[in-house]
Amino acid sequence: MVAEAVRAFGAATTTEELRVAKGEHAGENSPIALANRGIGKMAPQERKVAGAEIGAARAAINAALATRVAELEAVELQARLKDEAVDMTLPVVLQPQGALHPITALFHEMSDVFVAMGWEIEEGPEAEAEWLNFDSLNFTPDHPARFLSDTLFLDPPEDHKLMRTQTSPVQMRSLLTRGVPLYIVSPGKVYRADEYDATHLPVFHQLEGLAVDKGLGMADLKGTLDHLAQAMFGAGVNTRLRPHYFPFTEPSAEMDLECFVCHGESVGNPERPCRTCKSEGWIEWGGCGVVNPRVLAAAGIDTDIYSGFAFGMGVDRTVMFRNDASDLRDFAEGDIRFARQLVGGAR
Amino acid sequence: MRVPYTWLAELAELPAGTSAQSLAPILTDAGLQVEKIEDPAAAISGPVVVGKVLDFVDEPQKNGKIIRWCHVDVGDFNPSGENARGIICGAHNFEAGDYVCVALSGTVLPGGFAIAARKTYGHISDGMICAEDELGLGEDHTGIIVLPREPAPVVGSDALALLGARDAVYEIDVTPDEGYCLSMRGIAREAAQLAGGKFTDPYGSLVPADSGSGYPVVLESEDCPLFVGVRVHGVDPNAPSPDWMKKRLAQVGMRSISCLVDITNYVMMESGQPLHAYDATTLHGPIRVRKAHLAERLTTLDHQDRALSEEDLLITDDSGPIGLAGVMGGLTTELAPTTTEIFIEAAWFAPATIGRTYRRHRLPSEASKRFERGVDMGVAYAAALRCAELLRDLAGGTIDEAVTVAGEVAPMAAQTIPVDLPARILGVDVPADKVIEILTASGVEVTSGPYSADNVQILTLTPPTWRRDLVDPYDYVEEVGRKLGFRSIVGRVPVAPLGHGYTWEQKSRRLALNAVAGAGFVELITLPFLADVDLDKLGLADDDPRRAVVTLANPLSDAQPYLRTTLLPGLFAAVNRNTSRSIDSVALFECGSVFRANDLGPEIMPAVSHRPSDEEIEKVFTTLPDQPRHLAAVVAGDWLPSRWDGKAVRASWEHVVGCAQVAAAAVGMTLSRRVAQQVPWHPGRCAELGFVVDEAWVSLGFAGELHPSVIDAWGLPKRACAMELDFDALLALAPHTGQIRPLSTHPATKQDVALIVDASVASADVQAALVEGAGDLLESIALFDIYVGAQVGEGKKSLAYNLVFRAPDRTLTEDEASAARDSAVAVAATRYGAVMRTA
Repeated sequence: MVAEAVRAFGAATTTEELRVAKGEHAGENSPIALANRGIGKMAPQERKVAGAEIGAARAAINAALATRVAELEAVELQARLKDEAVDMTLPVVLQPQGALHPITALFHEMSDVFVAMGWEIEEGPEAEAEWLNFDSLNFTPDHPARFLSDTLFLDPPEDHKLMRTQTSPVQMRSLLTRGVPLYIVSPGKVYRADEYDATHLPVFHQLEGLAVDKGLGMADLKGTLDHLAQAMFGAGVNTRLRPHYFPFTEPSAEMDLECFVCHGESVGNPERPCRTCKSEGWIEWGGCGVVNPRVLAAAGIDTDIYSGFAFGMGVDRTVMFRNDASDLRDFAEGDIRFARQLVGGAR
Repeated sequence: MRVPYTWLAELAELPAGTSAQSLAPILTDAGLQVEKIEDPAAAISGPVVVGKVLDFVDEPQKNGKIIRWCHVDVGDFNPSGENARGIICGAHNFEAGDYVCVALSGTVLPGGFAIAARKTYGHISDGMICAEDELGLGEDHTGIIVLPREPAPVVGSDALALLGARDAVYEIDVTPDEGYCLSMRGIAREAAQLAGGKFTDPYGSLVPADSGSGYPVVLESEDCPLFVGVRVHGVDPNAPSPDWMKKRLAQVGMRSISCLVDITNYVMMESGQPLHAYDATTLHGPIRVRKAHLAERLTTLDHQDRALSEEDLLITDDSGPIGLAGVMGGLTTELAPTTTEIFIEAAWFAPATIGRTYRRHRLPSEASKRFERGVDMGVAYAAALRCAELLRDLAGGTIDEAVTVAGEVAPMAAQTIPVDLPARILGVDVPADKVIEILTASGVEVTSGPYSADNVQILTLTPPTWRRDLVDPYDYVEEVGRKLGFRSIVGRVPVAPLGHGYTWEQKSRRLALNAVAGAGFVELITLPFLADVDLDKLGLADDDPRRAVVTLANPLSDAQPYLRTTLLPGLFAAVNRNTSRSIDSVALFECGSVFRANDLGPEIMPAVSHRPSDEEIEKVFTTLPDQPRHLAAVVAGDWLPSRWDGKAVRASWEHVVGCAQVAAAAVGMTLSRRVAQQVPWHPGRCAELGFVVDEAWVSLGFAGELHPSVIDAWGLPKRACAMELDFDALLALAPHTGQIRPLSTHPATKQDVALIVDASVASADVQAALVEGAGDLLESIALFDIYVGAQVGEGKKSLAYNLVFRAPDRTLTEDEASAARDSAVAVAATRYGAVMRTA
């Protein structure tokens, strides 16, 4: 009986066949079940022996059944899993590909560097008071930057309102409202009556920094710029200062960034040209200097006690040399392929 | 400023071994940025020598060309035992006996063009006769260079030296504060100091007192404190300019005009003092320098009859105006081809006045540029004298010893600085004696004064007349820094006070932008200018607030004279740019300022010598146009393309509403919507976005499908959709903190309900009624079906909702849930006539 059942279970090749075999050999009318029911009719002394035999046989049948169930289920699971395989390399599109503009992404990244240093971010209006954009920053009344050929004025120009030509008016606003000590950067949009071509935009973006505290000077400026350069472009990338002139700083300097691609190895080496720095080893990055005490004085800050430094760089230009962009018009024209190239930020 | 190196080296005694290449970085490091070194000869290796064409034969070729087989005498470079080299030449602009430039075998010309003897046209051509472009000296390729026969050049000598190509020319970017470096003398002085050489000022003669016997000059304006005049008699107006002078003028970028004019230009370039030469016979009575009178006119050298402004500074005589001071001379006193009597003017004019005048009359010039930057007042006499001496030496005149000196050299203002100021501000260790040494070398008169209270020596500094930029204490700091070199500054990072990180608004904006980009929209930054036609194409009414434009006085393009009042036109233009590039499906957004005109009047211009009053600061800050930051998005074409697992999903109003929801959710807000009609949206497919604050609706913007006529006017893809909201207003309403409630662990009870309402009833209103009626037990509600058809009747719709109820403290019974549902339906029934739909 047990051998028959085990044979029958073994012969079943599907769980369905096994179900049938189970009915025949372990079901209600199976020989073993009938035998089991027959125990009750036996004499008491026979019952004990038969009970033990039949119990053992049932256990053997059930064990064989369980084993076979497990075997067949495993086989069938394998078969089902095989059947259910899909091409997991099919394209998945849940939504269109969105992206931040590279300028926005770079603003975020540069701002993060300064926030990590304890600096804060200040912003201000793009249509600005002439006094904040020029006068308070030590531009003389006749400074050429004030001409209609250079700066966009709101109509009428006699109202002394203009589109800010730099984010520096934010610095003056902060000096006036927050006072010192002050460590801020101001990212934002600026306007110039400039050409619109591959290398010029009339509306572009700057990030400017200002620190005013006791005892600050050029060395603090240099250290801060070096830190920014290294945070953005890697260890060992430094900046270089060259004397220059700006109304709002004295001493003033132009700031060059050490080429983060060739580190100067392309200079005088025609075998290894560098397009990032045009084989000059340095990239012009912005202007900077010690805040002219006249600027601090216009904000009522005691220049015998406080001094400061300021710097600013074009963020569009930074994206250009950092990401090899060749045409500034792409920044403003809105072709969606432009921003999508740098998904995840201006990496 | 263009600076020929040989001229510079003539004025400054530079250390042995200094070259144009080695000096350039020294100048750049000190702020005299050498932007370019023009050094044509540096691109040529090997000899290019003077050759004399002895004879030639024209030989016609099969291809129709005629080539010349020439014998050219190149002196020492002739093959041994011969008197010439044979060279083939394709040009015909020379004759036998002409002197030409010959590149010999072994020479490499610019562009890597190597010259070698080679067989061509049946001859061995042993060298090349060069054209200007082949030597990199210019663009000309119409013929070869023919050298002047007089004075006869030496055959075999260096042709590049003869052509002046051996002289490097710097192009130096002189910053506005360094007006004194707009002269050879100024650059030479700096170069000598920086490179460790010596400089002796050839213009060192001081301005003398007036002799009283010179031509009478009266100064009637404080804008002209000094006027030096020198007369030269009997000059030869036809005297030629010497070649050396013509060459140097060409190198600095000035045209040779005549010997007399060239001399004034040459002296200006060398000394920095602009000079004007008058035909002395045309002067009538004393010269008076004064401001123009009302309605006065002057015909300038360029034959323009000019109306003068009362701000213009004039040179006048008894005949009236004879010159626009420092800008352009008058026609009546112009040097004529017959002029023999010359009056030389070397004056000092106020920079701002000259700047305004040349801009007013659009007459920028080398002279006006120098006056505007501020000329060395001390050089006027020496420059006039040098000019007179050159007229004497080159044009045979005699110098009148009676010199006019009207006015006097204004003394330079002294300044005091603590001697440690440069060290403190530069952050470099500069000892006191080094500070004094540098400033003294820069021509500053340094007096070591008393010690300050904290025992620091005070220096009293008086700048030389040519250093008008040295005014404030920090100007001297810069001078010390420039001369030390900024390379000596070692960086240190200042420790800022503890910061607060990003402001709440900055964090919120970044979250919103990231969320919208993450939801599938591409961020754009478009140009924020508008035209009337843009507003017309939106279909705005005349009184629409978006017509309250801020106008630019000097727009970049007259076609777009306004600042944007809405972000939509910029985005629409961008959609069109994409579709013109075959990108038909777009989802894009912009977050930026819009500008609304208001009537707040002019800005004030407080004094800058001290902090403005609080009232003034308030006025400066608040007189500007309103410029809220908006967020806008446009979708067109397909939201999702046709894919292997689904059909294309058309971009629809849902996507722009979703964009607004995502932005709001990122800052902790759930936007509400209500049906609205607003231009430029489709009247039946427009939602107003907003938020209910204290039971009052606060509008934030609109979203929906664009009006078909707007789509046509802009040429946008059909069914394009847009959203625009006031992002600043959204942030103003957003919560600064959120609340976390305990989570109920009791089971939820779900109930479905279908309500029949008029088709015109907004689903959001029905849902709001259900939420209100259901009370606190309602955990969530979702619309899962909308049915329109015969079963619910004409003009009706069925809205099916799934309601989930849950109590915080117990398991709800079916009856409790049903009761809550019934009270929810009751509110909808009362408010909107909703009827429960039975199966």
